[in-house]
Amino acid sequence: MNVLKMANVKKSFGDLDVLKDISVSVDKGEVVSIIGPSGSGKSTLLRCATLLEQMDSGELWYMGEKAAGNDDEGHSAYVKDLKKFRRCFGLVFQNFNLFPHYTVLKNLMDAPVSVLKRPAGEVKAEAMALLCKMGLEDKADAYPCQLSGGQQQRVSIVRALAMKPEILFFDEPTSALDPELTGEVLKVIKQLAEEKMTMVIVTHEMAFARAVSDRVIFMDGGIIVEQGKPEEVFGDTQQERTKQFLRNYQQ
Amino acid sequence: MDFINLLAQLAEGMGNTLLLFVLTLVFSLPLGLLVAFGRMSNFKPVQLLFKFIIAILRGTPLMLQLLVVFFGPYYIFGVSLSASYRFIAVVLGFSINYAAYFAEIYRSGIESIPMGQREAAQVLGYSRAQTFVKIILPQMVKRVLPPVTNEVITLVKDTSLAFVLVYTEMFTLAKQIAAARTSVMPLFVAGVFYFVFNAVVAVVMERVERSLAYYN
Repeated sequence: MNVLKMANVKKSFGDLDVLKDISVSVDKGEVVSIIGPSGSGKSTLLRCATLLEQMDSGELWYMGEKAAGNDDEGHSAYVKDLKKFRRCFGLVFQNFNLFPHYTVLKNLMDAPVSVLKRPAGEVKAEAMALLCKMGLEDKADAYPCQLSGGQQQRVSIVRALAMKPEILFFDEPTSALDPELTGEVLKVIKQLAEEKMTMVIVTHEMAFARAVSDRVIFMDGGIIVEQGKPEEVFGDTQQERTKQFLRNYQQ
Repeated sequence: MDFINLLAQLAEGMGNTLLLFVLTLVFSLPLGLLVAFGRMSNFKPVQLLFKFIIAILRGTPLMLQLLVVFFGPYYIFGVSLSASYRFIAVVLGFSINYAAYFAEIYRSGIESIPMGQREAAQVLGYSRAQTFVKIILPQMVKRVLPPVTNEVITLVKDTSLAFVLVYTEMFTLAKQIAAARTSVMPLFVAGVFYFVFNAVVAVVMERVERSLAYYN
């Protein structure tokens, strides 16, 4: 079963058509990387999937249930209650967006307790276990401003995981980090991939995308130009535009 | 002896000044938040209405507004109000006027919080109310403390404007006593009173700021 399915998604901002008829689906346990130049629509696609932007037209499904479909005029119509769909996914932002006034532990616990109404004791035990797994157990009482960028991003990954999502989205998770700190974040994502977490990763880290993904999608100009297994897209590139992009990257 | 006598005479005015100060803050701080919501409404007519109200409140003298609040009900609606309305009018006038200033301070604080905070909360499933109360408001409070302190200090001194409605706050008394005794001493004491009052305000607000300094 598809965890996520998006069909014929279109989105424009004013005169600018950012997404032109994009269809993509993600299976359970699959790791999909989306690569492409700036302005290709990668982030907008992710923002549509996570309900931060409304599609102009197209369908959105989670776990076989329709969150949005086209009405008679071909515009996206969202179902009234999107709450349960929000519980399906987590999103890791480029800029972490941790809550600065909460401790690390409170950042992890607050949503499960106050949104999912789960018992605090149980949530705390899980949160601490996740922090231990990340080697951050001694940071539970620290505030985000006391952590390095890499630590903050790992905490924000844990925050998303604490909601037990079916699928986890990453929006350029290492773009705001020093090159030195990207490694620790990529390692965590790799570990999640090994545990068969369903993930969609927008990234500029080509080597990482190649190593971790089951499928790579190359986007440009609001369309999917090419997609396939990493060895196909990187090793046996079909489209001229993809070749050009990858060439620029290697330089 | 004479000085003690003077202080005793001024004491009633000091009490009244303090009362007006406290009541104005109690009403205007929360009211300002409601006005800020109106000002930030996505519904254009509401937004414009509040923009207009704020423009009037900030653009005309507080003294004039106090007169309107006190005499307005009679001249506009023909309602005759009891003597106790005088005090209500003073507090009402001050609260509404300060709420307008606080509203704009709150708005700037709320709008200065990065969009990502709201988006993170939304993705985690927080309701709009939860997002505001748990995520936006605490960060907003920290950001607006310095400009709010400014307003609070101004309020201490503005209380003297209540004299237009014959509310015997401290400065009114000091002027009367100064005239009666043909001495500047009462005015000097009044000045010291405001200064000390504001020093206390500054210290308290600094404490509050420091208590929120644990994060950036």
